Amino acid sequence: MALSIGFWLLAIIAVGAALTVVVLKDVFRSALSLVLSLVAVAGIYITLSADFLAGVQVLVYVGAISILLIIGIMLTREVQQGAPANKFRIPAFLLAVVFFGVMCFVFLSTPWHTVPGARELALPPTTVGLADRLFSQNGYLLTVEIAGVLLLAAIIGAIAMARDK
Amino acid sequence: MVGLGHFLVLSAVLFSIGLYGVLAKRNAIAIVLCVEIMLNAVNIALAAFSRYGTPAALTGQVFALFVMVVAAAEAAVGIAIIMTIYRSRGSIDATKIDLMKW
Repeated sequence: MALSIGFWLLAIIAVGAALTVVVLKDVFRSALSLVLSLVAVAGIYITLSADFLAGVQVLVYVGAISILLIIGIMLTREVQQGAPANKFRIPAFLLAVVFFGVMCFVFLSTPWHTVPGARELALPPTTVGLADRLFSQNGYLLTVEIAGVLLLAAIIGAIAMARDK
Repeated sequence: MVGLGHFLVLSAVLFSIGLYGVLAKRNAIAIVLCVEIMLNAVNIALAAFSRYGTPAALTGQVFALFVMVVAAAEAAVGIAIIMTIYRSRGSIDATKIDLMKW
């Protein structure tokens, strides 16, 4: 019961903040609203008992990515000009609504294979389990290495592009 | 009672909002903000599938972690590209960035 109340509260906050991001003209305020939406999504991970994911969400998204985006907004000085919609506003809205309808239809009509009583099942803390999946012999070790190389390449590329020639 | 469908519909709502923002916004940084919303929506769906489908295996959460890695790389490179465009052209209006348009 408490979990349901928490889910509905967090879902309303996340969707409302995401709508604010799209609607507001001021880019800086929409970035702050995005931070609120990201925090609410971290709470939704907690209602899914994904505690490590919620921590990483707060660290990576709220801590790093949003700061990067806000610095980008401050350096480009387009805050006063705002973020007006382009001429595809109404087709984009219609496309988003149609996409939402199709996704809802598919999600709700597919007979998903779920474990019975999965909601009540108490899970152990996920950090140990995730470490086991990521670093064990038959886990995702190669993918972790590739993700590290990807991050290194992205950082070197970002520095090479953004520095003064 | 909150079930798998609730989380999937929430994910679809957030993804659609982000999709509208990506298509309709003019400011390049606002487009990056909306891409972040879309990636978050995908992560919610992955975590929900992990919770309801395979609660002990945690595969969906592993995938969500990799999505976060790619999102961080995408934000860093995206902001670097936007800064470069701003420096060379003085504007980040996505409708005016048409150098490679046929």
